[in-house]
Amino acid sequence: MTKTTALFVGRRLLQVIPVVLAIAALNFLLLQMAPGDAADILSGQMGHASVEFTEQLRREFGLDKPLYQQFFIYMGKLLVFDLGVSHLQQTPVIDLIVDRLPATLILMVSSIAIAVVVGIALGVAAARRQGTVADGLISISALIVYATPAFWLGLMLIVLFSIVFDVLPSGGMMQIGAGLTGIDHALDVARHLILPATTLGLFYVAIYARLMRASMLEVYSLEFIMTARAKGLSESTIAWTHALRNALLPVVTLIGVQIGHLLGGSILVETVFGWPGLGRLVFDALLQRDLNLLLGILFVSSIVVVIANLIVDLLYGLLDPRIVHK
Amino acid sequence: MRKLRTFWFRYRRNVAAVFGATILVLVLLLALFGPMLYPVDPFDMVGRPFSPPFGRYPLGTDVAGRDILAGIVHGARVSLLIGVLASLAATVVGVAFGAVAGYYGGRIDDLLMRTTEFFLTIPSFVLAVVLVAIFQPNVVTVTVAIAVVSWPSVARLARGEFIAHREREYVQGCRAIGMPDWEIILLQIMPNALPPIIVVSSLMVATAILTESGLSFLGLGDPNLVSWGYMIGVARTVLRTAWWMAAIPGAMILLTVLAINLVGEGLNDALNPRLRKR
Repeated sequence: MTKTTALFVGRRLLQVIPVVLAIAALNFLLLQMAPGDAADILSGQMGHASVEFTEQLRREFGLDKPLYQQFFIYMGKLLVFDLGVSHLQQTPVIDLIVDRLPATLILMVSSIAIAVVVGIALGVAAARRQGTVADGLISISALIVYATPAFWLGLMLIVLFSIVFDVLPSGGMMQIGAGLTGIDHALDVARHLILPATTLGLFYVAIYARLMRASMLEVYSLEFIMTARAKGLSESTIAWTHALRNALLPVVTLIGVQIGHLLGGSILVETVFGWPGLGRLVFDALLQRDLNLLLGILFVSSIVVVIANLIVDLLYGLLDPRIVHK
Repeated sequence: MRKLRTFWFRYRRNVAAVFGATILVLVLLLALFGPMLYPVDPFDMVGRPFSPPFGRYPLGTDVAGRDILAGIVHGARVSLLIGVLASLAATVVGVAFGAVAGYYGGRIDDLLMRTTEFFLTIPSFVLAVVLVAIFQPNVVTVTVAIAVVSWPSVARLARGEFIAHREREYVQGCRAIGMPDWEIILLQIMPNALPPIIVVSSLMVATAILTESGLSFLGLGDPNLVSWGYMIGVARTVLRTAWWMAAIPGAMILLTVLAINLVGEGLNDALNPRLRKR
């Protein structure tokens, strides 16, 4: 690593700190805005708690302290990922989230993979056949998919592939009670992953296909492509090695920008498919009016986005040295 | 008037945009006059549950024997109303942020843009869910929540436009004759900065409708109003026996969102003709 690269990485890491603090502050603000505090909720659950008991709870939780003191206590707790206790499940919020995070990450990564591979392939194909029927079909399909609510698309895919044709499971992450291990287990999870990952990924396939088509057409108008043609290179060599590499940068940028959006989409898709990730947890938290858990999920998912953006930025710096030297 | 005619002339050349506008007008008419032409209460149990479409009830009945067509008609109102109001609110806030940041630059710009980027970092749908859950779901909270997560993109765009205009000769001229800043921002630069903003905020209506449908699918809609997302949420549990119950409202969302996107692109071509050539 050269000195400039080290500086770039260091600066980028430092930028994360104020963002994380701001996210924590927003969480505190939201908690304050909610009607009723933890003491009200707990004593409400007991059914017959006296006013004195509620006051005692408030003292125990430190809710009688001045607001700024509460704020610092709250921030101190967040620093060690103490997100409080889920009121209904009586489990630390962070444990519930850590338990579910891997499933969401698997879903997100598979969706991005589908979106990037299929989106780029379609975009390149459309750009090479500009103005033909194939190009038109790709563009129209992209427009339609772009307008489709993902959760509804998921339901329709279940109707088609699980009910009509009965070839794929309609929900869950694995076959219950099958006791599969090793490679069989992985294959089973993969089979359950196909529908949710496709559902979540298709929206981005549409975006990447459109962006890639536009980006490729722009690169095609540049002089070095004409040079490549003059050298007698085949059209597919030009498309896949010369043009693609240059047209790819806007797509990489977009992936970074859209991780937050993808996380939001996974909430809906997980609910549809009963995929046991953060999204399912949000749905359960909503059903049980578990605000602590909801805010914990908001906090952790924001941190996930910050970290993912950081990774994309650093990768981008490696792919395109011009950025590091800016 | 002449401007309007040029606009229409340019817009009309885009077949897809005209198609989108036609569908959008139909959905608008449905939202405005549908409840009068088809006066059935969408919450009333009108008949046997699970009646298939094209029988006694044009689109059948749902799990509780409620008329699906009545739900579609009333849902059009909710979707469009929330979509348009949320986008308008987001546009006003976003333009205010972007205009001040872009016009003044410096520290103010830094502060406002850090705030904007912060809101772009937080997963928007998760934030919307939390906001609606905290303040109890109704039309106002859902609209505000969608606006809160939508304004940053407008702010960025508006800032760029204002930066591009602030050093132009006509703005310098205004400053030279001592025109106050607010007048330069609102009456001089704003009209020039507006076309791309109109395009983005009209496309935002589509995103807002999708977000609203997602929220009400999760049960975070106004409990006193039927919306398309809510109808899909209800039908979800009976997918095996009555797939059309979920299919119909979803198809309406798709059609409406597609129409708005096509109109938005048509506006883009007609309002920013130079952009198209690029």
